Amino acid sequence: MLLRFLKQDKAATSLLGCVALVALVVPLCNLLTPAESLLHFSAYSVSIMGKYLTFALLGLSLDLVWGYCGILALGQGAFFALGGYAMGMYLMRQIGNRGVYGNPSLPDFMVFLNWTELPWYWYGLEHFWFAALLVVLVPGLLAFVFGWLAFRSRVTGVYLSIITQALTYALLLAFFRNEMGFGGNNGLTDFKEILGFNIQSEAVRACLLMASGIVLILAFLVSRWVIQSKLGRVVTAIRDQEMRVRFLGYRVEHFKLWVFVFSAMLAGIAGALYVPQVGIINPSEFAPLNSLEIVIWVAIGGRGTLYGGIVGAVLVNYAKTLLTGWMPEIWLFFLGTTFILVTVLLPDGLLGFWGRRLREQKQ
Amino acid sequence: MKSSFFRRCCELIGLLIILSPGFAQGQDVAANTIFAQALAKLNGTSMQERGMAIEQLAAVKEPRALLILQALLDGRLYQLKAENKLVIGEEVDAGYQLSDADTGQTLGLVERDATQKVTMNNSLRVALRKTIGRLELNATDAKVRIHAVHAIAKAIDTEGIALLGERLVIEQDKSVQDEIKLTLGLEQLNSSDKAARLAAIALLKDHASQDVVNRLNELQEKDAAGNFLEADADVRNQAKAALAKINASLQVYAAIETLFFGLSLGAVLVLAAIGLAITFGVMGVINMAHGELMMLGAYTTYVMQQLLPDYLGLSLFLAIPAAFVISALAGIAIERCIIRFLYGRPLETLLATFGVSLFLQQAVRSIFTPLNRSVASPTWMSGTWQINDFLSLTWNRFYILIFCLLVFALLLQILKRTRLGLEVRAVAQNRNMAKAMGIPTARVDAMTFGLGSGIAGVAGVALSQITNVGPNLGQAYIVDSFMVVVFGGVGNLWGTLLAGFSLGIANKLLEPMAGAVLAKIVVLVFIILFIQKRPRGLFPQKGRAAEG
Amino acid sequence: MNEVVLKSGEVDTSHGPILYLEDVSVSFDGFRALNKLSLYIDAGELRCLIGPNGAGKTTLMDVITGKTRPDTGSVYFGQMINLLKMDEPAIAEAGICRKFQKPSVFETLTVYENLELALATNKKVWPTLLAKLNGQQRDCIDRVLETIGLVEHRLHLAGILSHGQKQWLEIGMLLMQEPKVMLVDEPVAGMTHQEVERTAQLLLSLQGERSIIVVEHDMEFVRSIANRVTVLHEGSVLTEGSMDEVQNDPRVIQVYLGD
Repeated sequence: MLLRFLKQDKAATSLLGCVALVALVVPLCNLLTPAESLLHFSAYSVSIMGKYLTFALLGLSLDLVWGYCGILALGQGAFFALGGYAMGMYLMRQIGNRGVYGNPSLPDFMVFLNWTELPWYWYGLEHFWFAALLVVLVPGLLAFVFGWLAFRSRVTGVYLSIITQALTYALLLAFFRNEMGFGGNNGLTDFKEILGFNIQSEAVRACLLMASGIVLILAFLVSRWVIQSKLGRVVTAIRDQEMRVRFLGYRVEHFKLWVFVFSAMLAGIAGALYVPQVGIINPSEFAPLNSLEIVIWVAIGGRGTLYGGIVGAVLVNYAKTLLTGWMPEIWLFFLGTTFILVTVLLPDGLLGFWGRRLREQKQ
Repeated sequence: MKSSFFRRCCELIGLLIILSPGFAQGQDVAANTIFAQALAKLNGTSMQERGMAIEQLAAVKEPRALLILQALLDGRLYQLKAENKLVIGEEVDAGYQLSDADTGQTLGLVERDATQKVTMNNSLRVALRKTIGRLELNATDAKVRIHAVHAIAKAIDTEGIALLGERLVIEQDKSVQDEIKLTLGLEQLNSSDKAARLAAIALLKDHASQDVVNRLNELQEKDAAGNFLEADADVRNQAKAALAKINASLQVYAAIETLFFGLSLGAVLVLAAIGLAITFGVMGVINMAHGELMMLGAYTTYVMQQLLPDYLGLSLFLAIPAAFVISALAGIAIERCIIRFLYGRPLETLLATFGVSLFLQQAVRSIFTPLNRSVASPTWMSGTWQINDFLSLTWNRFYILIFCLLVFALLLQILKRTRLGLEVRAVAQNRNMAKAMGIPTARVDAMTFGLGSGIAGVAGVALSQITNVGPNLGQAYIVDSFMVVVFGGVGNLWGTLLAGFSLGIANKLLEPMAGAVLAKIVVLVFIILFIQKRPRGLFPQKGRAAEG
Repeated sequence: MNEVVLKSGEVDTSHGPILYLEDVSVSFDGFRALNKLSLYIDAGELRCLIGPNGAGKTTLMDVITGKTRPDTGSVYFGQMINLLKMDEPAIAEAGICRKFQKPSVFETLTVYENLELALATNKKVWPTLLAKLNGQQRDCIDRVLETIGLVEHRLHLAGILSHGQKQWLEIGMLLMQEPKVMLVDEPVAGMTHQEVERTAQLLLSLQGERSIIVVEHDMEFVRSIANRVTVLHEGSVLTEGSMDEVQNDPRVIQVYLGD
């Protein structure tokens, strides 16, 4: 089946090929070639690439809800951050007594706050499998509850966008509080080990990059399968003519909810992969601006294409790395202008634009 | 920076003195002579003479006599060694900023060594205090009289009681009467006569002041041996009842205060949201740059104040139209250059205007630096309105509340009575029909957007008075103001007003219970849940058109 | 009780009518769109609804399909099923389906996919995700494609169809749902003369096995298909009868032509 798919969809195949290439070649070149070699990738590029791939997964997840279901979710960053926090909590527990205060069970920030006991929601997070479960369950559950409420009462369009933004804003405020037990302002950081391996080591970083690549490819294939199923067609139909779908006998809210939860889970996974590679998770990940940036990735790449989110995420973040390194003050000008230009001039995004150009040339 | 501020203040004081009636109307020659003599005595070395001088000055019914006496009491009266004359000095970094005690003229800055403080002893000080109190008690300004009553109350003695008693007979002003009664009542509580004490309690139970509460509480206390300090049970019970009554009114005051703070927060929210409500309601356009248009208004106020550093009040008033125009122009530019290409695509509009907001933020950051700028408030806007010991309202918030209501009323009138308002409402209800009837919808859109944006600018002026002006100013309010619009129901100004005030009050009610951040979260969650129940807000648009 | 009836897929029409509307009133902000309207549709009947603009024709359809909740009145499907207690998907599932006034097809999907979505099958989320067309269902789609004359367009996007073709596609989608009652709002608007004729034939061929309610302004079309016509005016039934009876009713003439 996979082979047939590879033959059918050239664009997707070449994109996945690129991802696989990056996820394989970069870490291998980093590990196997000497530092002075031309082929060598620095540890920095490894972690940057890893970050891009997790962002690509995040972009993909938003494209599912926005591109296919027409829900402009301005809170996708919240699911990403929740997944990240679940992973961050696991990594904090792995520090054990190597923290500054040397407390065997309490993370440093809790000792600092004079807490004597681990809050109940930190229980069990010393096990990787449990953390991995929470990475998908927590964002999924939040999306389920929120989506159930919102879709059931038919909140749509800009209203929905605004309350998703309010959701991530509320979480931002909540996670800033020390009393929440998630490290407050500073978040979770100073990680030491993942699955017993030194998280700083080049080999682990290379593995994380590969894992991100593999997860991205898998997520893409699954998403594609979903989109090409009948459910995908129902969802697209909802985007275009919600009322009609309802009169055909489909429970629109259930379909929206399914896609919303699925996408939130993907975003959570992306967050979980992101945290060990950048070494920190803090409340600023909940900032409404972050969620809006995800939207612009998808808009630039082209929504409703699946690869649009991936391409856009990588392009925008590459530009961000370049520009913030070169002239930090120009970044927001760039981002702002991009928002305007893309929405006004390129409603289908770059891929849509190129696709149209190609088709026109053929004709 | 600091010294120039002081200089400005002193100039202001000098100006006030020159403008005061005593100077303007030419002076009585006889009084002038006594005045000069008294000053000379004050400048002498003998404490006795100083005492006499104080008496003489008190006899001269002139405002500047009071100024000098007050300066003397505060230790601000100096001898200028070189010229051997009396001056009033204000301490600044480099030395003293002087003004002539006799004429009130500003004399400039001298070093500390050039002056010598006019010294006092304790008995003089007591006498001085009483003299000032007596002088002030007869002042024409009721505020000064209240101040005098307070001064006398601080060092109460039989003479003071007599003084207050005399004044109470002739006093016309209700608030001064109350203050005198309060002081006398507190004093009478110490009386050995039971009837007098009971009368005092009866008098005091209508006064909400910290002193009264403390004294009444004292009456309930026991000494080390377990005996009541107040031997008489009747008095104790009366005091208890009075205390209960006062506590009840304290709760009312607390409620009023919460209400006031809630309303003033609500006013800010309404100001921030009302422009948004117009653009959202009429054009179905979500303007994410709305917060940044407020920020522009706030920076306009800042710039205005830089241009007119000496006229705080004037610059603030000028800033209102200036901010309106600047934000409105920015809004119209946004509408003409971007939004008009995106009609019918609300989600894209949201994104594009968000881009604008990022752009504006960074522009301001580049021009004004990322640092917060503080905008000074004119004196009449700063400080508090002390209603009693338990209730004080800050002026700036009070004025913002009024300002908000004014803006709201004005906007309502614009929409109701002007041609533009009519066209705006027509387009809001049925765009195609309006177009068919020859209403230039494109122009109306631009004007509507300009109006909404202009109001954002005006809101920014108000915001600059209660918070620091910085590039993130708009961001801080944007989510809240969206919540107000959504809660109130799109396209309904009254809904926006009600929603803004209720959210403001809800926030302030929850704050003592849950803390500011948690209160905000609770309110956000409430709105998210509320939208589930009523997806179109408190006051939804009804009818066939809204059904689709 | 209702659920039991629903599951069995049977609608109790033992007393004749399949659709009962009694004393239904709907108002929007003071405007009475429907005013104590009562209407009965027999099983297998083809009924035409006519009436001037604002008579309440579309609102009536909204009430039957669950889009609008009436302020008062009752709406029953057969003897047992209370439509007022059901939402749109449940009503559609029960066998009442609707063509909108404005053709509403999914323009970014192909004609074939449009029909596939309408197919009467389990429409819950997970079964939909795993759904695969079986031979019988394919035959069903092919049959409908032939009926609506869009066989050669089956792989085209619905968005590129002509207005008339979109109308047919939507009727085809209704057929795919295997409904017991079809509500058809202005089926021939924007059609050529031949297309109108073919639509008339199509609707006539469908009556009998299902009840059809047609709202239409094109009187010639109504005349060609209707045996019973109901005239609505200001939210209630003005008169009911054959086309000739209705056309000669002085009240109808007054409503249409004015005084």
